[in-house]
Amino acid sequence: MARIVAGIATSHVPAVGHAVDSGRTEDDYWRPMFQGYEFSKQWIKDNPADVDIIVYNDHASYFGMDIMPTFGIGTAGKYEICDEGYGPRPVPVVMGHPELSTHLAASLILDDFDMTVLNRLDVDHGLTVPMSLMYGQPDAWPTRVIPFPVNVVMYPQPSGERCLAIGKAIRDAVQNFDEDINVRVWGTGGMSHQIQGARAGLINLPWDLQFMNDLIDQPEVLQHKPHLEYMIEAGSEGVELIMWLIMRGALGDDVNEVYRFNHVPASNTSVGHLILTPKD
Amino acid sequence: MKPNFEQFTDIPGTTIFTMEMAQKGFQLNEFCMSLRTQENRDRFHADERKYLDEWDMSEDQKQAVLTRDFQKMLDGGGNVYFLSKIFAAEGMSYVQAVSTMTDMNVDEYQAMMVAGGRDIEGWRSKKERGEA
Repeated sequence: MARIVAGIATSHVPAVGHAVDSGRTEDDYWRPMFQGYEFSKQWIKDNPADVDIIVYNDHASYFGMDIMPTFGIGTAGKYEICDEGYGPRPVPVVMGHPELSTHLAASLILDDFDMTVLNRLDVDHGLTVPMSLMYGQPDAWPTRVIPFPVNVVMYPQPSGERCLAIGKAIRDAVQNFDEDINVRVWGTGGMSHQIQGARAGLINLPWDLQFMNDLIDQPEVLQHKPHLEYMIEAGSEGVELIMWLIMRGALGDDVNEVYRFNHVPASNTSVGHLILTPKD
Repeated sequence: MKPNFEQFTDIPGTTIFTMEMAQKGFQLNEFCMSLRTQENRDRFHADERKYLDEWDMSEDQKQAVLTRDFQKMLDGGGNVYFLSKIFAAEGMSYVQAVSTMTDMNVDEYQAMMVAGGRDIEGWRSKKERGEA
């Protein structure tokens, strides 16, 4: 039987990818942020898994407005890296796990989550920057990956309730997969940031810290937070944080907080990072 | 559930990319998506007006692109992740591009971010600010 062994939450700022790719992680500006991930890089080496299900959003890199899936799941054997306007990031191709993907996609659809099935998908910084933060710069990524893109760009995004529920359904589906493998679920994006309009640059660290506490201790309450509150309090792009609820739902009722890190700013963003493990 | 696209209009200095705005900005955002290849970026930079005329965009939207007026692009239904293709192709960072939508220059904006970002106090509601 497959099992979910951990959940990882992290921001996915594109400038962080540039800093890694251009060797600037030791610059004065970047060093404090990257130091916050040193624990995590060691932890993930010490606690290997087979598959990472990475919940992220595409940033008009693969999906335009032609097709905008609310919940999508990659079912391919590999995923190429998007050109986001300046050429693809120089990171390894992302290898998939078609068997678990197929099982997950079918399970979720049978559980009434109307997934968009993606046999072809290129991935952008939303997925690759978290991998760079956790794995550094390997020649090949150490795990198989299942990309799980969510629309957080266009309103209406899925509700918090729906995100937590789909996380729980991911947990059930993984536990019903017959292979004996360890799986992690990642929730990416956030925390507070706004990158448009006269209010750009908004950061709300007290709100971010409360969000982390609630995510850990009372996701059943947190799921009811309306989109409007995210957009007012955490900025127009802070609504990405609904993706963390999917990760949380996949971990079961109670979790251990293994690690927590916050840093302001990376580019325009309040960086938040959690490592959680299920208690049962 | 009846959608409420108007609920965001009281947030100051903020343009929420609703499904309605996405309709309005479809061609503008499609143009942005086309800049994901070097070939198209080169063609756009060689003759911006000519390239834009290949798209069924309004004249306002085209002028906003030509003058790099990002707020006006947002007003025309553009979304910042799409618009990023325009500034990324010119080697501009998000901080540089985003700062142009505020009342600060890029150095002032960067200084604000390094000092902890924009404080939300006073930025929750247009009504509170006397703007509505």
